[in-house]
Amino acid sequence: MNSDLSSAFPSILAAFLASLVECVEALTVVLAVGSVRGPRGWRSALAGVAVALAVLLAIVAVLGRALTKIPLHLLQGVVGALLLLFGLRWLRKAILRSSGFIPMHDETAAFAKNAKALQGMQAAPGWDRVAFSASFQITMLEGTEVVFIVIAIGAGGPGLFLPASIGALAALVVVTALGFAVHRPLARVPENTLKFIVGGLLSAFGTFWVGEGLGLEWPGADWAIAVLVAGYLLVALAAIRLCRGTAMARAEEPR
Amino acid sequence: MKWIRTILREVYGLFVDDLSFTLSILAWLGLTWLGVVELEQRHTAFPHWLPAGLLFAGLAGILLGSTLRFARRRPLR
Repeated sequence: MNSDLSSAFPSILAAFLASLVECVEALTVVLAVGSVRGPRGWRSALAGVAVALAVLLAIVAVLGRALTKIPLHLLQGVVGALLLLFGLRWLRKAILRSSGFIPMHDETAAFAKNAKALQGMQAAPGWDRVAFSASFQITMLEGTEVVFIVIAIGAGGPGLFLPASIGALAALVVVTALGFAVHRPLARVPENTLKFIVGGLLSAFGTFWVGEGLGLEWPGADWAIAVLVAGYLLVALAAIRLCRGTAMARAEEPR
Repeated sequence: MKWIRTILREVYGLFVDDLSFTLSILAWLGLTWLGVVELEQRHTAFPHWLPAGLLFAGLAGILLGSTLRFARRRPLR
């Protein structure tokens, strides 16, 4: 795959949107920690985020370099399969949320739940270990997903690692700036719509790279990714309609 | 070290939500691979786009089937 605009732009977009979802979830917990634990808690929470980001950047740097030593076809096959599992899982969840079978993710509720849990914990004088570890842990948890996305997208071909990293960093900057500006959870971010789109994008990338790894010939070469994205999104829209139809039919059944 | 265990659980959760869904995807990838190897060994003539089309169709079918099965089993929220 060439690192021209046709492959760089989808990589930036997929990494940006996927990372946006994860960064918003991490921000909710960090905000809850900071707002509950006071100024000392804020310092410890931000230190926890900074240490976790340093660890994650080191992982990306080490893995990114190590992956260049693996033959491309093998790497595309394995990473493509993982990306496919990840993308289809997101798409499935977005379908089930849109059709009302599982609840939507609610940042305000997540904020309230985390704030309540942290309120009961006593802080020792000096360094707020609770605030540090809560922020470190959530940044590592959500960041691990971002690292996987960047590495998986970057492993798809030569020159894709940089666009994927740019997309993820842009998401981090946007969410951090919004977090500082509004100082409350970003509840208005349409999380499920993002998951739906990103699920389609990542599933398409995964399918394409698995195909490349298997030595399959894609009609239209790199442009097949756009067709795959459209295909997955159409199937997902059809699934939402069918699931809603199933629910309505069940509701009308005599008990 | 509790956070390492939590992260490992999270990494597993990145790829596996519904185990039968995950296994179906992996099985389809395996079948596609076997099919391609078999066709190449037999030198069978087939449209060049067919294996790629079948790969996508199977995966889309698995997604559709899994969501519909879930919808038939679970009550609406």
